[in-house]
Amino acid sequence: MLAAGGAFSLGALAVSLGRLKPEDIPKTAVFAAVFFVCSLITVPVGPTTVHPILNGLMGLVLGWAAVPAIAVALLLQMVFLGFGGLTAYGVNLANVALPALVCALVVRPLLLRAHSPGRAGLLGALASVGAVLATSLLIALALALSDPAYLTAAKLVVATHVPLMVAEAAIGAAAVSFLWRVSPDIIGGAK
Amino acid sequence: MTFEASAKLGGGAAGTRFDAIDPRARVVAAIGFAVTVVAMDSVASVALALVMAFAVAVAARLSARVLARRLLALEGFMAVLLATLPFSVPGDAVVALGPLEATREGLLLALLIALKANAVVVMVLAQVGTLEPVRLGHALNRLGVPQNFVVLLLITVRYIAVFQDEYRRLRQAMTARAFRLRSTWHSWRSIGWLMGMLLVRSHDRAARILQAMKCRGFAGRFPVMDDLRLRGPDVVYVLAIVAPVVALGLWGSL
Repeated sequence: MLAAGGAFSLGALAVSLGRLKPEDIPKTAVFAAVFFVCSLITVPVGPTTVHPILNGLMGLVLGWAAVPAIAVALLLQMVFLGFGGLTAYGVNLANVALPALVCALVVRPLLLRAHSPGRAGLLGALASVGAVLATSLLIALALALSDPAYLTAAKLVVATHVPLMVAEAAIGAAAVSFLWRVSPDIIGGAK
Repeated sequence: MTFEASAKLGGGAAGTRFDAIDPRARVVAAIGFAVTVVAMDSVASVALALVMAFAVAVAARLSARVLARRLLALEGFMAVLLATLPFSVPGDAVVALGPLEATREGLLLALLIALKANAVVVMVLAQVGTLEPVRLGHALNRLGVPQNFVVLLLITVRYIAVFQDEYRRLRQAMTARAFRLRSTWHSWRSIGWLMGMLLVRSHDRAARILQAMKCRGFAGRFPVMDDLRLRGPDVVYVLAIVAPVVALGLWGSL
């Protein structure tokens, strides 16, 4: 499982790095830094608190470049904050980056055709919730496939992500409709 | 360019003997350690590996408070897995919790996983987390990581601190207007707008950074100015970390 995730991540990373033009590097890096900072915000949801993953939003803003941006952010979190194990890095990257890539390829084109901030916000919410749900499902899948003993944990993992989905829906909707009005070129539109 | 932000990231003390060791040696040692520990299946071996990781952390003068906070976060992450394993692994029941029975095998597996995860995280934080990010970037570059990934990493590290300050300023402005982060739609929407604002500002800043980089002849790569040379002590160092843990693994599987 670790090897499969690692192989997939390596492939996706290689493709997306190939697509990363030198003049896109500063933008990608700066956005990666912003998302890194934003994911450290502690957001209260009911009785608990969550840290947003923001992979849906990253996909919408960065497109293909979301993959290396997430790779950098996860590497920094792992090395300097101790989030996630070294050997699970590949699987983690796949779990977070794959939903971001789907948002980039499927939702982003729809966003270009959105004709009101409300519609854009709705797509932002959908992308955010979908990406978190997909990430939790991928984590569950990875757990369940590595050992049947992890099955109970796998089901609970999805449940523990529900508060995060609620908060990310609201955050994603607000952020995307804001960007749609203020600076549409960030989410791929014309100014 | 200054990277003063970077020193704060990891939380290690500066000026230890570790700084003299080639960063590549530290990265390789951490990877060797992690791969070996993950493959272990004896609780005693992994426990000793954890002790070893703590010893390296002490030698690297990793702040105990920072380390404790990081490990607590790790424990939180694994809580779901650790709490369910004793009940989902079949075997001899030891404790009954209503209809649920915790098995000896399940408890052992949970313990094994917890020890492994902690050992790996402590070792990575001690070996690599105490590196300045610039040196880590150079090490990764010399270890064959693609150049544009390394450039991306270096610029990201540089701007994390910038946007942390920017975030703090915006939050301060919100606080001044009586904003409190609570579990309400209003709070979440405000955070969404705050993120949107950060993205807009960073977008403008990225354009200026690109212009500045172009002025300095940027063509997809930074000249890497380091004098990394792998010397005898570095090789000895990697062996000193990896050999004992491999021995522990072999001893555990006897």
